[in-house]
Amino acid sequence: MMALAVTIAFVLVAAAAALSFWRLLIGPSAPDRILALDTLYINTIALLILLGLRLDSALYFEAALLIAVIGFVGTLALCKYLLRGDIIE
Amino acid sequence: MLEALLSLLILAGAIFTFIGSLGLARLPDFFTRLHAPTKATTLGVGSLLVASAIHFSTQGEGMSLHEVLVTLFLFITAPVSGHLLGKTGLHLRLPRLGRQDDEGPHPG
Amino acid sequence: MSSTLRLLPHPWLTVVLTLLWLLLSNSLAPGHILLGLALGWVIPLFTLWFWPDTVHFHQPLTLLRFIGRVLWDILVANLNVAQLILGKPERLSPAFFAIPLELKSELAISLLANTISLTPGTLSVELSPDHRTLFVHGLDVPDPAATRAEIKTRYEAPLKEVFEP
Repeated sequence: MMALAVTIAFVLVAAAAALSFWRLLIGPSAPDRILALDTLYINTIALLILLGLRLDSALYFEAALLIAVIGFVGTLALCKYLLRGDIIE
Repeated sequence: MLEALLSLLILAGAIFTFIGSLGLARLPDFFTRLHAPTKATTLGVGSLLVASAIHFSTQGEGMSLHEVLVTLFLFITAPVSGHLLGKTGLHLRLPRLGRQDDEGPHPG
Repeated sequence: MSSTLRLLPHPWLTVVLTLLWLLLSNSLAPGHILLGLALGWVIPLFTLWFWPDTVHFHQPLTLLRFIGRVLWDILVANLNVAQLILGKPERLSPAFFAIPLELKSELAISLLANTISLTPGTLSVELSPDHRTLFVHGLDVPDPAATRAEIKTRYEAPLKEVFEP
């Protein structure tokens, strides 16, 4: 039963990633695209956790944590750049 | 029983993640779009992580609580990136749907 | 400043860091507990300039109740927002509104802002430069005054009790 749930979840999250990617492509403004990237990395974390559940391996947790950290810093850096025109002041 | 609970959590997580991205794709302006991912997606990934923690804790190799760390991290960072994105949107004066009694900030 | 304060400037930070280390290493072995305690002791000493004031919790029970309430609200908020997203986008009435703040400390204000962002259809977007007003965007707020009153009584009051009695 869990295998079926994980399969359905894979389809849903992949669709979610596709929708975020659609927003990334059409914009229309720069913050919209940053928001889409932000959502895209959260979707990726979800995909990695599902992969870990499917393959029964706890190794993917580290990758998920790294993506969370780097994605967050990336979003902040991009926002700062749009706000100030500079990242490191 | 446990499997049913896990399946439920996984499905709920996936559905919330999907709805978050759906909101991102179909809501009308930037500021409304901002709500979808910061909320729905956080809870979606949150319940997936809880499912994962329960699954690996019941595998017989002791507790596995480090998934809590990712959940915690996402719950702390999601509002921060949401706030900064909102600030950026205001700064760039993105078009916003609003009403007459709108008392929004007017950044210089 | 007393000597315990100099050696252990932020006791709560030490506790949190130790717990984080144990979660990260995913074990409760005595070695990891020792290493966690060592890190929890050294890191606050090296980042002293980063933490302007020591945190005091005045009413731990209120804080716990507040956390429970926020977690519940997050659940309800998600169902709400999901419903709004799946409904007709034309029916939404998004609006900005301002919340005059009574909180003074930066920690309390940032906690309030984060709570607002995590709960029902509201998102804090801007803090006025004098830290007196918080601007919030609501996804569907037919009546901003009611939402503002709810935020003030539901979230700001308990935070004020805990951090600024």
